[in-house]
Amino acid sequence: MRWIWIDRFVEFTPGRRAVAVKNVSLAEDHLHDHWGPFPIMPCSLMIEGMAQTAGVLVGQARDFKEKVILAKVSLAEFNDIVVPGDQITYRAEIDNITPEAAVTTGTMLRNGKPLGHVNLIFSHIDQNLAGAKFPKDNFVFTSQFERLVAPFLEGGDG
Amino acid sequence: MTETEVFAKVKETLVEALGLDDEEVTPEATLTGDLGAESIDFLDIVFRLEKAFNIKIPRGELFPDNIVNNPEFVQDGKLTETGLVELTNRMPHADLKEFEQDPDINKLAELFKVQTIVNYVSNKISG
Repeated sequence: MRWIWIDRFVEFTPGRRAVAVKNVSLAEDHLHDHWGPFPIMPCSLMIEGMAQTAGVLVGQARDFKEKVILAKVSLAEFNDIVVPGDQITYRAEIDNITPEAAVTTGTMLRNGKPLGHVNLIFSHIDQNLAGAKFPKDNFVFTSQFERLVAPFLEGGDG
Repeated sequence: MTETEVFAKVKETLVEALGLDDEEVTPEATLTGDLGAESIDFLDIVFRLEKAFNIKIPRGELFPDNIVNNPEFVQDGKLTETGLVELTNRMPHADLKEFEQDPDINKLAELFKVQTIVNYVSNKISG
């Protein structure tokens, strides 16, 4: 199993903005534990969904050469709950990107209506100030993530 | 912009970046010790200051890097004389008087106070 919390991108403008959707299904195991009689999508997994949407956007901006790691959740606000049958839309924009890090702002929709905001900071960990070394291979962006975004980079329709 | 106005804006920036209460941000508060900043927060603070004051902060200018890991600047856990000169040159916005008495590198973080940021920004915007 791979920890992927977005189903597909519906918009991808390299270096600027990405929009992804996630359809929430009662077939997903985690909903049965959260919480049995009243299944709702955990907020932590929606933060992860935004991190993946924004993380791929940030990674692609450097041609997937940097290891992009979520370093800080600057803001996470939810105004509603999400239940099976709902569709979540993650809209992420790059606010600032430097050799060491990137800042993204994000809004979320539930079935097209405002759901909340998640702002994140990612680190390009090979450029860290402490000079720590990491494995050479890019363990962050697997082919699964690259496949999700490939249609937009090849001029496809997504 | 007066120093009081700079302080107010720096305070607002730190409150947002570190999730603090207003009264925690005093000029003498240290970023790591008193305000709980971690390494990624320093980058966050730099990004927010750039936006708030419409300035560009080059890497290592506000919070100098590559000093403690340079053997020329550190000996037995303390900054050498060359190291102190380097630090003085790179941090004209910090008050080094106390640190110079005992330049233990573990105390380096204490130089990063709210007032240090206010001094840096004030110098920067006055050109």
